[in-house]
Amino acid sequence: MTITDIRPFLAVGVSLLAAFLIMFSGKKPNVREFWSVAAAFIKAGLIFSMVPAVLAGNVYEYTLFQVTDTLGFTLRTDAAGMVFACVSSFLYIPVSFYAIGYMRGHHEKEQTGFYAAFAVCLSAAIGIALSANLLTFFIFYELLTIATWPLVFHERNEEARFSGRKYLIYTLVSGQLMLAGIVAVYVMAGTLEFQAGGFLTIDMAPKWVLQMLFFLMVLGGAVKAGVMPLHGWLPSAMVAPTPVSALLHAVAVVKAGAFCVLRLIGFVFGPQLLSQIGAATVLAWFAAFTIIASSLIAMKQDNLKRRLAFSTVGQLSYVVLGAALLAPLSILGAYYHIVAHALMKITLFMCAAAIIVTAHKDNISDMHGIGRKMPITMACFTIASLGIAGMPFIIGFISKWNLALGALQVSQPFYIAILICSALLSLSYLMPVAYLAFFKPNTKGEFQTYGEANKFMLIPICVTAALSVILGIMPNFGPHLYDLASMAAQSITQGWIGGGW
Amino acid sequence: MSQHFPVLIVLLPLTAALLSPFFSLMHKQAGKWIAIAALFGAFLCSAGLLLQVTADGGQTIHYWMGNWMPPLGIEFVVDPINAVIVTMITFVALCTAIYSTPFLKKSNWLYMGGYYTLMALLCVGLSGMTLTGDVFNLYVYLEIASLSGYGLIALGGNKGTLAAFRYLLIGTIGASLYLLAIGFMYSMTGSLNMADLSVLLQDKMDSPLIIMALALLIAAFGIKMALFPFHGWQPDSYTYSHPGAAPLISGAMSKVPAYAMLRFFFYLFGAQHLFVQHGLTVIGILGAIGIILGSVMAIAQDDFRRMLAYSSVAQIGYIAVGLAIGSLYGLIGAILHIVNHAFMKGSLFMVIGGVQYRFGEVRISKLGQIGKKMPFTVFTLCVAALGMIGIPPTGGFFSKWYIMLGAMQTQQYIYVAVLVLSSLLNAVYFFRVLENVFINPDPGLKEINPPAGKLELPLQMLIPIIVFGIGILALGFCNEAIVDGIIKLGLPEVFLR
Repeated sequence: MTITDIRPFLAVGVSLLAAFLIMFSGKKPNVREFWSVAAAFIKAGLIFSMVPAVLAGNVYEYTLFQVTDTLGFTLRTDAAGMVFACVSSFLYIPVSFYAIGYMRGHHEKEQTGFYAAFAVCLSAAIGIALSANLLTFFIFYELLTIATWPLVFHERNEEARFSGRKYLIYTLVSGQLMLAGIVAVYVMAGTLEFQAGGFLTIDMAPKWVLQMLFFLMVLGGAVKAGVMPLHGWLPSAMVAPTPVSALLHAVAVVKAGAFCVLRLIGFVFGPQLLSQIGAATVLAWFAAFTIIASSLIAMKQDNLKRRLAFSTVGQLSYVVLGAALLAPLSILGAYYHIVAHALMKITLFMCAAAIIVTAHKDNISDMHGIGRKMPITMACFTIASLGIAGMPFIIGFISKWNLALGALQVSQPFYIAILICSALLSLSYLMPVAYLAFFKPNTKGEFQTYGEANKFMLIPICVTAALSVILGIMPNFGPHLYDLASMAAQSITQGWIGGGW
Repeated sequence: MSQHFPVLIVLLPLTAALLSPFFSLMHKQAGKWIAIAALFGAFLCSAGLLLQVTADGGQTIHYWMGNWMPPLGIEFVVDPINAVIVTMITFVALCTAIYSTPFLKKSNWLYMGGYYTLMALLCVGLSGMTLTGDVFNLYVYLEIASLSGYGLIALGGNKGTLAAFRYLLIGTIGASLYLLAIGFMYSMTGSLNMADLSVLLQDKMDSPLIIMALALLIAAFGIKMALFPFHGWQPDSYTYSHPGAAPLISGAMSKVPAYAMLRFFFYLFGAQHLFVQHGLTVIGILGAIGIILGSVMAIAQDDFRRMLAYSSVAQIGYIAVGLAIGSLYGLIGAILHIVNHAFMKGSLFMVIGGVQYRFGEVRISKLGQIGKKMPFTVFTLCVAALGMIGIPPTGGFFSKWYIMLGAMQTQQYIYVAVLVLSSLLNAVYFFRVLENVFINPDPGLKEINPPAGKLELPLQMLIPIIVFGIGILALGFCNEAIVDGIIKLGLPEVFLR
């Protein structure tokens, strides 16, 4: 049942409003941070209040105005969008607390602009999650691109300027190509409304046109999701303050890219058409290659943030792979991996930043014995690392299990080998960090006394780490994200029998 | 009263233009106020006119000058499309007139009076060109607009005089070519009224004279709208024109010939004729080359105004491409872009004029951290820059969307590629500006006009800047209202079958 309700727009609008208020209260840091935190809570509250009805099979829909002569500016809360919206709105809360601790602890400049851009990014993320048609989606997608740029060049030095340029080149080029694709889809199909199972059909255009169109549009998502060879901007963007990295990696930007791929595959092209034109297989190859290659690169990085960045590149390709396999369980796994990766990676990044602020260490080789100084932080880091590798009872396992089953559904056991290989590789690049933090003696005599990060940073870390474990044991804890993901996957693959399952 | 709106739009500023020097002689400020009041009146009339023509599903108003019946008399023909364009012109003129007051603070009565005479005359010329239904009358208004334009450009200083002289030479050639073109048409039909001509010409559309007239019209309007390769006069003129008048010159002066071109090709001749289609293809190719070339040249500039001038060459190309596509969506995009671009380019010239007023600086590389001192100006700069690139939800995105839609529907994929490429080139030079503004260290600019109170600029400048900034966003959000409520009502029947 479709319920007309303005709540989706309120959820988007609340942090836009917060951004304005933040801009105007730059002289009073406490008031400014209050807006940021208040917006986080209101936003999460609004999103979560819509979960029960969505679980019951209803959707909330609202058209604010006509955005062009034929298309509406419409938000709709389907199950797929709610998964992403729940994750990003919830994680906004710990990140906004955490950002306060980090920015103040690190004495960063230009904090007002930082918080404002941050709030706009979150608005855009929710808009992306809940958009009901491709044009609305694209509007929020470009808004996210622009709003992230000030965060990337935040340090305002030459390196930051270069990263900012790199980021813009990657995202704007792919964005404009995607726009051309959207126009072509609109001319072809006469509609841009997302529809579970896709609205394009094989008789709308020659096969090669559809294939080309698919790659043109998926490019937009793949760049943000960091699928190789389009990942170049992501490690460079690590010059930004660490809460931004956490946001980029876990909450908004790369997730928006992965979500874009899921939307395109599930709601525009549809598994049926994609299996007919065979385009998704190519995407799956790229994703598989990225999963392995990024892990190998990650191993060589000594800078902890860069190592985590390459880990993100690999993990996001799980989502892309899950979508590209076109099996019900792999799509379920892909949606759930958005949740899983968000929780785990945000924990890892917050740990890395806590180390930077508290112990002033960037490189892994300087972190010997740091577990003595920051035991709680490093314990959380270890939990999240194990989760990334796919240990049972941690959330990462649930999504990987489903991805593997999905690979079996379409009789592609090759991809299971990829997943196992990647799990071992991620153990080999993340566990050494935990090992040397706890068991290697520090030769320089540092880290002898206990000295944890401040509470603003420590509590969010513990919360997200604990949630990774809880959701690993009870995947439906809280807003029933597993059920939502499963509803989304079912709606996409409903009525389609093919692909060998 | 309300039936006289069409003529009042022209008459009020014309009267004010003639009176302005005398009032200035009596009291220095009086000439200014009478011009601003007249432009305000013209804006109200055009807004009222817009309401009249869009009521009841769109209608056309014919206004006969002195009640002389056409084709002998001169008539103004107002349909929803030229009503919205004339509203745009009068609005930009009004805002520019208010905006330019601080620049004239130290000038004497003659300069002041003369400046506002030229400003009001430019508005008269542009409005008249848009409204008239008579081809010779259009020539008269074209010359009024050009002459006052030369004057306003020459007021910019020594380099401005040179630029104005160059424009004068080229512009006169353009106007003469136009005169020749209508001469041909008059010799074939014996009429100068547009509606009359469009009927009489239909069975003569394959005659060599018409081909000649078409070529002359493309060249004439091409020169006036600075379409590639006729744009040579334009970068200098925009760069060195009077900083107060630049928003009107850059925003409206080159858009009206583009609209006149649309009127000739689609209303007067009709796009179904083979030669008209060829002509449109030529315009499209020139526009596409202009889009790429203008953008590339803009990247190479360090003077902000010069960059904007080359960017205008590119943006005029968008309008030309929209016309060349010739489908419903192509024309919607072109008309929407006429309005959008007036606001975007006008606001950018206002922004740099504001910086020039306060710091005397126009170089992009010297704009570091200017947002700290002029936050509202930088807000408008950001919005306008995003609009020029075509990032949603600014107005610029939607005109690009409609043009792309038109190109895709008529399978002219080359234009889609050009638009994508152009957006990216636009991004290169506008993000370079934003990068300089946000990342570069403060270059320590000297305040030549320090702000009096808390405001970053005098209120007369700040309000138009903010209004334009918000206007760009509003045009984006309300594009459906403009497209469905105004433009579609006024497009020729051919496109709405």
